[in-house]
Amino acid sequence: MTTATLQAATLAQFSRKKRITIAVPLVVLAYLAYIFVSFDVAGLSERINLNNARTLVSDSYSYKTHVTQNNRDGTIAVSVEGERKGEYPDGSAPDWVSLGDTTIVDLGDGHVITLGDEVSYNIPGYGVVTARPDGTGVNAVLPAGDLPDYINASKNRVTIVTDAGRFTITRARAEVFKYSYGWELFFFTLDSPYYGMGPAQLVSRAFSGEAGAILHDFWTNKMWRHGDVLWALFETLLMAFLGTFGAAIVALPLAFLAARNFTPLGAFRFAARRVFDFLRGVDGLIWTIVLSRAFGPGPLTGALAILLTDTGSFGKMFSEALENVDEKQIEGITSTGAKPMQRYRFGVIPQVMPVLLSQVLYYFESNTRSATIIGAITGGGIGLLLTQAIATQKDWEEVTYYIVLIILLVMAMDTLSGWARRKLIKGDEGGH
Amino acid sequence: MSDEAVNGGGVGRAGDAYLAQMRTKRRMNFIILVVFLALLVSGFYVADSRNAGGFWDGLGNIFDFPAAMFSEAIERAPLMPGYLVKYFPSLIETINIAAASTLIGALLGLVMSLLVTRGFAPVPWLVTPLRRLLDILRAVPEIVIALVLIFTLGGGPVPAMIAIALHSVGALGKLFSEVNENASLKPVEGLASVGATWSQRMWLGVIPQVAPNYLSYALLRFEINIRASAILGFVGAGGIGYDLRNTMSWGVGKYDEAAAIFILLFLTIVVVDQLSSLLRNRLTHGAANTQVTL
Repeated sequence: MTTATLQAATLAQFSRKKRITIAVPLVVLAYLAYIFVSFDVAGLSERINLNNARTLVSDSYSYKTHVTQNNRDGTIAVSVEGERKGEYPDGSAPDWVSLGDTTIVDLGDGHVITLGDEVSYNIPGYGVVTARPDGTGVNAVLPAGDLPDYINASKNRVTIVTDAGRFTITRARAEVFKYSYGWELFFFTLDSPYYGMGPAQLVSRAFSGEAGAILHDFWTNKMWRHGDVLWALFETLLMAFLGTFGAAIVALPLAFLAARNFTPLGAFRFAARRVFDFLRGVDGLIWTIVLSRAFGPGPLTGALAILLTDTGSFGKMFSEALENVDEKQIEGITSTGAKPMQRYRFGVIPQVMPVLLSQVLYYFESNTRSATIIGAITGGGIGLLLTQAIATQKDWEEVTYYIVLIILLVMAMDTLSGWARRKLIKGDEGGH
Repeated sequence: MSDEAVNGGGVGRAGDAYLAQMRTKRRMNFIILVVFLALLVSGFYVADSRNAGGFWDGLGNIFDFPAAMFSEAIERAPLMPGYLVKYFPSLIETINIAAASTLIGALLGLVMSLLVTRGFAPVPWLVTPLRRLLDILRAVPEIVIALVLIFTLGGGPVPAMIAIALHSVGALGKLFSEVNENASLKPVEGLASVGATWSQRMWLGVIPQVAPNYLSYALLRFEINIRASAILGFVGAGGIGYDLRNTMSWGVGKYDEAAAIFILLFLTIVVVDQLSSLLRNRLTHGAANTQVTL
């Protein structure tokens, strides 16, 4: 090769590379532009629901306490998030509410609401709003002047939203919402004797023989349902465990059938490979749907769906690993007069085991995630709880709780499987 | 042990010791295997008892649904081509969700991977926090992000695309950074010596080395993302999964359409898998060739 031809070749290569460097970003941009139009990303600003986003975010780190007066009989109910299971027992209330003939709700920073026959809200820097609800309307009396935009008043309804809270009065009832940070009642609900105790007090109670009762109250917390949630988390893990390892056990013998060096007969090989392709191609979604028709919702359906899909994936990977085994070890075993089963057990399995196990462990971690999704479709495990909590569109603190648990579970599985894989590859030179 | 073996007379004893060691090791492995199988079996029974329908009851019905579906599909075979055409646009949407999210995931993953690879990272103290961020992105199942986004953005392909893209950033960022660690630093140093900026060093010194491996991982991700985008459709994020849920939930009379969707989905997954494995093979072999010629 002369210098001239080499130079020409190099220049041609360079100009080709230049063209590619320009063309690739252009193609990518063009495709993204097409997606922008076809997914109507521009119209997103109209579809986006900022209110939803705001409740979602604020709900995930705060909660509200409802103080509700029934205007017909004057009874007062105090509850967390307005739910029955978060209700304060009769005659008790948080310290910012003083119950009596006229109940006084102190929202802080001078915002004081008085409930009774006449309801009043003292708004600092504005004045006092009073209302006397009866059959004709709420009869609100507002300070003179223009209404500020945080007050919405009509004949039958007044709503005041300030930084301190939210106040609504209608003919039927007067309602105050006070927002506070945190996840209220996370450990114990109000009907538990341990509600409001500090950690030190709890520990001392636990040592004086109440550990079981404390745990029981936590486990059966009606608001957060820790027991159910942990069971659901366990179900998800169980789906991944049964599905992954069940698939590995089913796929191993089939992989021998699909490996060229173990199955000389092409027809078997072809059949086994097509079975793997089919199992993989049908995909977890379709398997989940088909299986949930036969087995109903639950963890078993999810486990079987993972098992079927991964049998295909494992079969393919295992047979590839088997085709790469070193024949010498098998010959060595054969030379001692070993029968076929013994040849497989001592000549093949030790060679491939670390590789196969590390692949299986990798899938175990990723299947923990898949099990969440499958649970959401078929109805089992934490996926189901998550979709239910999202469907109510108000339990965002629970959604956050589940998401945190899911992330922790997946990360724990990731760490565990990474640790086991490193140990397998390092510690198992002999492979027995 | 080796001392004895060398000093003579110890061969027999060394052999015994070896066999004893092997025996304990085998016994340990056997115990592990038994415990593992016990876990598997008991796990199966727990799952069975918490399932709505039992395993043994359901086993007989397993073919009922596919049979009903396919008999209906065969009955109305002349309508099939029409259904395939009807659902083809949704299929395209599903593929587009997967492709766009893979593309966005790969581009962001590329930047992230350069930021978290020691030696390339322009801001060293950001390496650890960004790695944790990638871990978290990888750990969050797509469905979590998709469901939350559907609530705020409304249904359609965009929530699914964002959800899958975020997960892809986590997965590809990690894989890419592993590729980066094996890249040669020499071109980067050469470029640095002529005064290239960080982005020039990365674009001209690193990317050409790692591009084939990147592409191969991105293609693998595309295969995974097609499945993910079909599944997310089923929970309300558009594409063919959404149509599948509708045909399923409308009950009797729509199974033939469900069958058409099954066929479309199956064919797509198989074709994409085959194409991508073909391309990946070529990429890795091509990379090997260039290395030899260089």
